[in-house]
Amino acid sequence: MRSFLRSSWAKAALFALCLWPFLFLVWRTLRGDLTANPVEFYQHQTGDWTLRFLVFTLSITPFRKIFNLAELVRFRRMLGLFAFFYACLHFLTYLGPDQSFDLAGMWKDVVKRPFITVGFAAFLLLIPLALTSTAGWIRRLGGKRWQTLHRAVYLCAALGVIHYYWLVKSDIRKPVFYGTLVGLLLVWRLWWSRRKAPAVVQTSPLGTS
Amino acid sequence: MSAPKERRKADTFEPVRHPIGRRGRIIQRGDETSEMLIKKPSSLRQADVTPRQVYWNRRKFLEGLGVAGAAAVSGRALMRLWSPGVAYAGTKLNTVKSSYTLDEKITPANDVTHYNNFYEFGSDKGDPAKNSQKWVTTPWTVSVEGDVKVPRKYSLDEILQLAPLEERIYRHRCVERWSIVVPWIGYSLSTILRLAQPTEKAKYVAFQSFFDHNQMPDAKYTGLEYPYVEGLRLDEAMHPLTLLCVGMYGETLPNQDGAPVRMVVPWKYGYKSIKSIVKIKLVSSEPPTTWNRQASNEYGFYSNVNPSVDHPRWSQATERRLGEIFMHKTLMFNGYADQVASMYAGMDLKKFH
Repeated sequence: MRSFLRSSWAKAALFALCLWPFLFLVWRTLRGDLTANPVEFYQHQTGDWTLRFLVFTLSITPFRKIFNLAELVRFRRMLGLFAFFYACLHFLTYLGPDQSFDLAGMWKDVVKRPFITVGFAAFLLLIPLALTSTAGWIRRLGGKRWQTLHRAVYLCAALGVIHYYWLVKSDIRKPVFYGTLVGLLLVWRLWWSRRKAPAVVQTSPLGTS
Repeated sequence: MSAPKERRKADTFEPVRHPIGRRGRIIQRGDETSEMLIKKPSSLRQADVTPRQVYWNRRKFLEGLGVAGAAAVSGRALMRLWSPGVAYAGTKLNTVKSSYTLDEKITPANDVTHYNNFYEFGSDKGDPAKNSQKWVTTPWTVSVEGDVKVPRKYSLDEILQLAPLEERIYRHRCVERWSIVVPWIGYSLSTILRLAQPTEKAKYVAFQSFFDHNQMPDAKYTGLEYPYVEGLRLDEAMHPLTLLCVGMYGETLPNQDGAPVRMVVPWKYGYKSIKSIVKIKLVSSEPPTTWNRQASNEYGFYSNVNPSVDHPRWSQATERRLGEIFMHKTLMFNGYADQVASMYAGMDLKKFH
């Protein structure tokens, strides 16, 4: 298990898995099987996958600690970047079909509509996190500062959940589901850091790879 | 009264003048006017709505409409057998021409039958087509009651016969910013309201949908209160555009689109066009409406399509035709301003949204 997690095969396999939702969309597009409202289909799919990948990314640390699998941290960056990838696609479905690539019109909408505002804020916030996700940036910023910056991913996830919650009309099951997951992960995180705070030895965010 | 006798009477379909017709009241229909010819009320008792009666009446009725009745009925059952996923296997309806038409591309029937807001069957757009197929809508009655001189329960067959069925092509605009163009089948709601003869007290019309949580188990997750209720001001309800709808695309309504009888109010957001109606009640004050109960700041009683009054969470200035990529401009009263704007003269449409 551990040796597999350390192998480059594991990374390649995960990459393929992460790409699966995108390939699914491509496949559905080629088949012309996009429901009666293709734009909404893309929007919902990419939005859902953004939230899922944020949750996956946030789950790495708890899994790593609970199962004592330090190797897992190798995959965190990829998962986070895929969250950003799906967020970019999600944003494009809004900028293009909804706003006809009209940046001024889009900005008006962003300022006026709270659910767009929070979604857009979450997207903007993901950009610096994606840009500074490299080993070079960890060195440049220093582990501690880098980690502080990257805790913003919790905020991204929370904003994403609010964005979803404010979108739905009355059936709140899905946003509440994602909200619960993000909440649990955050609570675990706080609980863990308090419990371990005095004794913890700071490991490199890059782990052992 | 013996059943066979009753059945034979129903089978003859002899047009009989309704009391309203006898008194010489004229009902307008499109460009022409004609006296309403409907069955004599005495032949339309409660006894008529027993399942067997309805069944036999329907077969006979379909033949009367020029449809291969039995073939259509069993054909429908066969269709269900070999393609259970395809709900669009309705019975053909014969229609007369209507002046209500549009020079716009009609939305494919498959889209209109597989992209539905019918929360009783689930809140995903694909849910109603999946979850409504086992729902049995026969026998069906619609009760017209409240502040009326002639309250009465109508069987579906009676409703199908009250007036010639017109095919009307309307724009339909959902509050969620998508829209469709649909050839609905039915006649003006005013037809049935005139038969009921609203009293002076009647100022509004309250509608109620069918609800049965055993047959609609997904409804409980959707965050709405059931049964679904809607309402119109009496003048809106009497407006000729306001359609009592029994079919679309040449056939009876599929379950997921509000079988067997629904409203279509084309200048209002889609949720005003209540589906699967069991009760039409004339009342003296503004009746509660489902989405208004759920969020009164977002969904007003009037809910007229209005590009300049935004939903609190999104703009209503534009809409997307199903199947298209880019948005286009939403029209005032969904393009029916010439016909309906006068009803709202002097009203603050932002306040009464």
